[in-house]
Amino acid sequence: MAAFKLPKYAAMLVMAVFTLYFLTPLWWLFIASGKKDGQVTEGHALLPDNFALGENLSDLFRYNDGIFLRWMANSIAYTVGAAAIGTLLAGMCGYALAKYVFRGRELLFNIVLGGVLVPATALALPLFLMFSKVSLANTFWAVFLPSLVNPFGVYLGRIYAAASVPDELMEAARIDGSSEVRTFFTLSVRLMAPAFVTIFLFHFVAVWNNFMLPLIMLGNERLFPVTLGLYSWNTQVNQHPELRALVLVGAFVSLAPMVIAFLSLQRFWRSGLGAGSIK
Amino acid sequence: MTKRHFSAVLFFVTPFGVLFALFYLVPIIYAVVQSLYTVERKGTFGPATEVFGGLVQYRQVFSDAPFWQSIERVLLFGVVQVPVMLGLALVFALLLDSGLVKGRRFFRLAFFLPYAVPGVVAAIMWGYLYSPNLSPFTAVTATADLLSPTLVLWAMANVVTWIYVGYNMLIIYSALLAVPTEIYEAAKIDGAGAFRTAWSIKIPMVLPAIVLTTVFSIIGTLQLLAEPQVFKSFSSAVSSTYTPNLTVLNASSIPNFHLAAAFSVVLALATFILSFTFLKFTQRKGVQ
Repeated sequence: MAAFKLPKYAAMLVMAVFTLYFLTPLWWLFIASGKKDGQVTEGHALLPDNFALGENLSDLFRYNDGIFLRWMANSIAYTVGAAAIGTLLAGMCGYALAKYVFRGRELLFNIVLGGVLVPATALALPLFLMFSKVSLANTFWAVFLPSLVNPFGVYLGRIYAAASVPDELMEAARIDGSSEVRTFFTLSVRLMAPAFVTIFLFHFVAVWNNFMLPLIMLGNERLFPVTLGLYSWNTQVNQHPELRALVLVGAFVSLAPMVIAFLSLQRFWRSGLGAGSIK
Repeated sequence: MTKRHFSAVLFFVTPFGVLFALFYLVPIIYAVVQSLYTVERKGTFGPATEVFGGLVQYRQVFSDAPFWQSIERVLLFGVVQVPVMLGLALVFALLLDSGLVKGRRFFRLAFFLPYAVPGVVAAIMWGYLYSPNLSPFTAVTATADLLSPTLVLWAMANVVTWIYVGYNMLIIYSALLAVPTEIYEAAKIDGAGAFRTAWSIKIPMVLPAIVLTTVFSIIGTLQLLAEPQVFKSFSSAVSSTYTPNLTVLNASSIPNFHLAAAFSVVLALATFILSFTFLKFTQRKGVQ
């Protein structure tokens, strides 16, 4: 085993081949979203010819009184709002679990950890029945409120708080007369900043990609997130062929916020991702 | 410091705790309660009333052949797709870590990018690439119908793999970065080559990361929803009970919420047991 050495070019070849695998579909989507009238098989598949992306974009934004932009705005409202608040709450809970000894601490942690193993899709149906009972199904809140809860964030928060907030520092703050809550917001939050970004990103992706909850909750298409909107267009392509072009260009546009979030917060991804597995 | 900080702990824990109870614990209990009820009618056209039915719904769940076929289908899917996906992720992580690869930053980003694509959007995109009359890759689609009953499951497995390989690669790779380099030096002095080091040192060191990614993959597999739901538009081979979650959706759109709740409960339990067993099993094997 030790005698065999993998040559450099073989390693590079493997990486290059898989780069094609990962990027070609996205490149195709970009080219296809520039095809006139959704004629995806016309012209070259992977090179822009008669590129009409601008035209398709303006069709997309005008269709049905700009419903697509509304969907994008909805997605951003659901996602950014829920992830921002959810991250703070999960971070606070994880911090308490890591830095304080109190009765029921392990029980609470184990229940939350059990929550990580409960699939979110299993909750969608009972949540729908509950929200129907109080006449809140098919509203913004029906998707927003359940999206605030992120048990995995509590788990990550606990690990990070234990690793990055020294007891001595908290004790020093105490001697200076700072209250526990104030210490958290002025000192600990800063020490845990990379953790918060990581939890936020995980949460952001989870809500952005959540499909079952909005699918079950929402009937009013003006409340749809962009994923549900594109899905509903895609199911109507046979009856309304003009939607094909919109599905493709819409799918392409819908990727922008996530890609921007990823690229701008890259630094934190790298340092933070592994922490969930280090115990 | 137990008593003194009680109010602070309450302040930190309560907001999450309340929401977790409302939107995690209560729904689980509510689903169980709902699954124990059934709708009864006085005569064929009489008014419907909800009555306690005990395990009536569960009897129906357990005798529902399509549901168990769908469970079998996702298990088969998982047994093949999860090892392939995690195997690729591990190989890429080891290659990135081996020093053989130039341009690590680029590859890391390129492989990770599909994770930014929501399942629905990825499924729509691949659906086009698979469709014989829409795909640019006619050489492939002409020889094999990727949307046929025999292949469509694996066509979906490819979509899931495409999305998640890079994500899992990053998790394993960052665990590899955390391994202290002195260990490698010791191995080098002992004459271990790159393969030997990878096999005997690196892989055991990142086993916790692999366990974590496996658990998340198992959960994800049983919950398969966006891909088959989208593929219904592309392939007639995907029925409305193709995966367990589609069955739940299907039962609730009849609507038979009590039966749908019973399906949900059984599926959640199965998922929980499977991932929990896997965790316990790996812990016993000495993985912390």
